[in-house]
Amino acid sequence: MTLEVSVRQASPVPLAVDLRCGAGEMLALVGPSGSGKTTLLRCIAGLQRPQGRIVCDGQVWLDRHCCLPPQRRRVGLVFQDYALFPHLTVLENVALACPGSRRRALAAARDWLRRVHLAGLEDRLPRTLSGGQKQRVALARALVREPAVLLLDEPFSAVDQVTRRRLRLEMAALRREIAIPVLLVTHDLEEAEMLADRLAVIHRGRLLQQGPVAEVLQRPASVEVARLVDIRNVFRGEVVAVDAATCRLRWAAGVLTVPLAGRQPPLGPVDWCIPPAGILLHSRCRPSRGARENPLHGRIVELVRFSGRTQVVLAPQAAPDCRLHLDLPQHVAERNRLAVGLAVGVSLLGRFIHLMPR
Amino acid sequence: MEWPAFWVSLRLALWTVVLLLPAAVAIARALAWHRFPGRFVLEALIALPLVLPPSVLGFYFLVAFDPQAPLGDWLRRWTGTTLVFSFPGLVAASLIYSLPFAVQPLLRAFEAIPVSVREAAWCCGLSGWRTFWRIELPLVRNGLLAATALTFAHTLGEFGVVLMVGGNIPGRTRTLAVAIYDRVQAFDETGAATMAAVLLGFSLVVVIAVHALERRR
Repeated sequence: MTLEVSVRQASPVPLAVDLRCGAGEMLALVGPSGSGKTTLLRCIAGLQRPQGRIVCDGQVWLDRHCCLPPQRRRVGLVFQDYALFPHLTVLENVALACPGSRRRALAAARDWLRRVHLAGLEDRLPRTLSGGQKQRVALARALVREPAVLLLDEPFSAVDQVTRRRLRLEMAALRREIAIPVLLVTHDLEEAEMLADRLAVIHRGRLLQQGPVAEVLQRPASVEVARLVDIRNVFRGEVVAVDAATCRLRWAAGVLTVPLAGRQPPLGPVDWCIPPAGILLHSRCRPSRGARENPLHGRIVELVRFSGRTQVVLAPQAAPDCRLHLDLPQHVAERNRLAVGLAVGVSLLGRFIHLMPR
Repeated sequence: MEWPAFWVSLRLALWTVVLLLPAAVAIARALAWHRFPGRFVLEALIALPLVLPPSVLGFYFLVAFDPQAPLGDWLRRWTGTTLVFSFPGLVAASLIYSLPFAVQPLLRAFEAIPVSVREAAWCCGLSGWRTFWRIELPLVRNGLLAATALTFAHTLGEFGVVLMVGGNIPGRTRTLAVAIYDRVQAFDETGAATMAAVLLGFSLVVVIAVHALERRR
């Protein structure tokens, strides 16, 4: 059961996207507001008619000759506002989506409500439910008709932080039970990282990059993707020398040695990035071996503590206008007595440095 | 108390409600969800009876359905009857005159249904007809009740159009409102007061009943 999408449209929201999502795979669509993520879901669901081709499980949903209506697409869609039927009880909301006899529909609805931990709430009306409960009803309603593809349009955006965390865990568990393609539209990269197998970055209706989540987050294809996936350490540089195993990268604060993972980069200007986790703080108490790799000295200009982590922003001595972002465990920050204004040394670990063609 | 006039009024109100509501539902639904050229003109035309003097509407109705006029002549040749000074004519005029009272509450009710709810119904596999029947109609229930109450009460008290189009034929087109006018003209204030009280009481009961139903939801 695979979903293959290749759609184009010029208006109302421009769209030019080709993607594929396999059975049991979750593909997260990320991008800023108005980038076309929701429009893409609507096209797949049949609520909008673009040009192109959509095939799911071997059945053509859209091509030049046909465009199946939403009723015939076997799509489970969870809307951002859940779109529950306000006059129907929880049980009726779910049962209405189940084809077949009423008895079978009610039994299937009860089963799905139990699976999403809503047993006992069957007779409640949607307005009496919490945000998390509404989301679960919407999910049960989407899944009860045994869809060929599940589409989730920012399903966790309307609930509080605590509920969101719980719902994500439930979603991760539920995913193991359903062997269909799942498309998740989200603004939240953490959510995408936690739930999805692959990531598709969409901007202004164009698909900029898709691939395994870790690959997209650590090896963005361009500066645009890097910015969209919130990579903060993005700089300009120039490849000045290349040999069999390494290249030398000159940037505002010096020259870095970068081990080559794949093919050799051409000499000349490039963009490069490094995740905060790829920057190693030199211990002020006990120098380590790693301190020799791409060392850099600078002054701390910002320091924020939250959830057991410390975010440090560093201005390199050689390029005081540049800003390097580090993420450190709080105990490391405390042991080194880090504070704003303090001069520290860091190493930019070569294997984390990623070069992007300009 | 002129009971024949009361029954004519009641029959007129019921026929108007029965015939007008399905049409009003279709019109309101189309206006709420479809954008088409001339939509605002159509909305204005529907609202016109709210501001138009009933005698003007009645006059044009008489002109249009006069057996000498093309439309009236066509109708007479096809149906063998004329709408002027007849009960069907009263109903036809009443349908036009009460149109805004039926359409406006329904239009607001349809507009209040989020688009995503209808789309969710389609994605749940519900056909257009089932979506209307299971989702839309229950959600516009209050609008439907308000439209019923307004149309019924408004038709029951209609005077100008009724007098112009139906005349004053006892047992056929003489409604309670016209009968009250007649009694006042004849200085029979007691008779007029009795009928006015009956009309007031009946209208009040209908409107209260509809509001009670609306609140129960």
